[in-house]
Amino acid sequence: MQPTFSSSRILLPVKGWFVVLTLIGALFLNFLPISAWPGMPDWVALVLVFWSVRESRRVGMGWGFVLGLAMDVADASLLGQHALAYVLVAHVSSSLSKRILWFPLLQQQLHVLPLLLLVQFVQIGVRLIAGASFPGFAYFVGPLIGAILWLPLTYALLLPQYQPVERDANRPI
Amino acid sequence: MDHQPPPFFKRGPAPLALLSFYLALSIALAVVDARFRTLEILRQGIGAVTQPLQQIAQAPARFLADAGERISTATSAQDDNDRLRRERLEMAPQLMRTQQMEAENARLRRLLGVSERQAGNAHVAEVIRTARDPFSRRIVIDKGLQDNVVAGQPVIDDAGIVGQVTRVFPFVSEVTLITDKDQAVPVQIVRNGLRSVVFGLGDGRLELRFIPANADVQEGDQLVTSGIDGIFLPGFPVATITRIERDSAYSFARIHCAPTAGVENFSEVMLLDERKTKPLPDELSERSDDDSRSTDRGSRLKKRRAGRD
Repeated sequence: MQPTFSSSRILLPVKGWFVVLTLIGALFLNFLPISAWPGMPDWVALVLVFWSVRESRRVGMGWGFVLGLAMDVADASLLGQHALAYVLVAHVSSSLSKRILWFPLLQQQLHVLPLLLLVQFVQIGVRLIAGASFPGFAYFVGPLIGAILWLPLTYALLLPQYQPVERDANRPI
Repeated sequence: MDHQPPPFFKRGPAPLALLSFYLALSIALAVVDARFRTLEILRQGIGAVTQPLQQIAQAPARFLADAGERISTATSAQDDNDRLRRERLEMAPQLMRTQQMEAENARLRRLLGVSERQAGNAHVAEVIRTARDPFSRRIVIDKGLQDNVVAGQPVIDDAGIVGQVTRVFPFVSEVTLITDKDQAVPVQIVRNGLRSVVFGLGDGRLELRFIPANADVQEGDQLVTSGIDGIFLPGFPVATITRIERDSAYSFARIHCAPTAGVENFSEVMLLDERKTKPLPDELSERSDDDSRSTDRGSRLKKRRAGRD
């Protein structure tokens, strides 16, 4: 039943418009006023990692760059700060995707956590070089929450791809 | 000739080539934005797409806040009304005297041949949101290019200086608060006129720097803008000194201040009109044409200092 490589369940192919919709939805979630609360995950990074792992041929560095620029302007941060982090994380997660998908979901979370931490570390590095001060360790709580959300997110985003279980004794698979 | 079979899957450029291209592009953007600040057009272009989305995302929270105000009872509105009317009556004598004194001041200045003080005209703007960036302290207000806002305008509230407009978009603009790490406000102490510069520390506090350890500074001193920067009009309250650490190992005292205005509060703010720049003497005006394109505030300050000497 698990949507990993070791599961025997076959998923329907993903729809392009659904991927775009979820990425823009993640951008929307980042724009909500509650995203300024401490410990809120970076939804764009999370969904971008998800699709780079799942559909590395559809979503990759190009999307990371565009979404990163949008986040930079919306956040009033340094232009290129989010873009750099998202491009890097999209590349790493698409190159790790074949490995990550063999693990059960709980262990996938352990792979996603360093990826999300990478996003924060890249951003903090860029800003410290540019002369900002350290914002405090609460900045690193978001990735923890994001990694925990990986499990519900997987089920939510794969929902349109599930097909009804149909038992046919004559079918080979 | 070397013949390669056509690839099974078209994947575009190799991932490493793409990665280096995008990395180089983002690093170049970051460097240009941090050093030269010439990407405002690009920012405005992207902002035209993101800002409507942000407006929609912020709408439910604003609607809830408005609804809360609407269901507040008539008695509390009545109380507010009474309080405001009382305050206005209490302020009236002071205001009348101020108007008379301003007229007198202008007349005396004309007699002395000193240029007249610019009146501080202000437009009310509403704070829409705080910027999400955890590294800086900025707010976004609902006035932009459409309302003739220009970068550099001081922003005040009813108690004192809040910050300065740093970036202008068509319908909104970004205000850097005085508590931001890079923000500096030239101030003087009301009690003795000692001039210095107050810097934000990035954590909600302010620090008065470059004051000698033996200078006449006391806890509780009021700081107001000195006006020598040519941006802030003189006389607006900025901060109150809260703590002074004098250490004989250093030549300067560490002086912590608390902002007077409700810098971190969500409310209405006022945009002060841009200050009229005084014309430079003739021998300096040629040089100023050469540097006029440099947007760096430091060089402008240096030039102004050179002009005064």
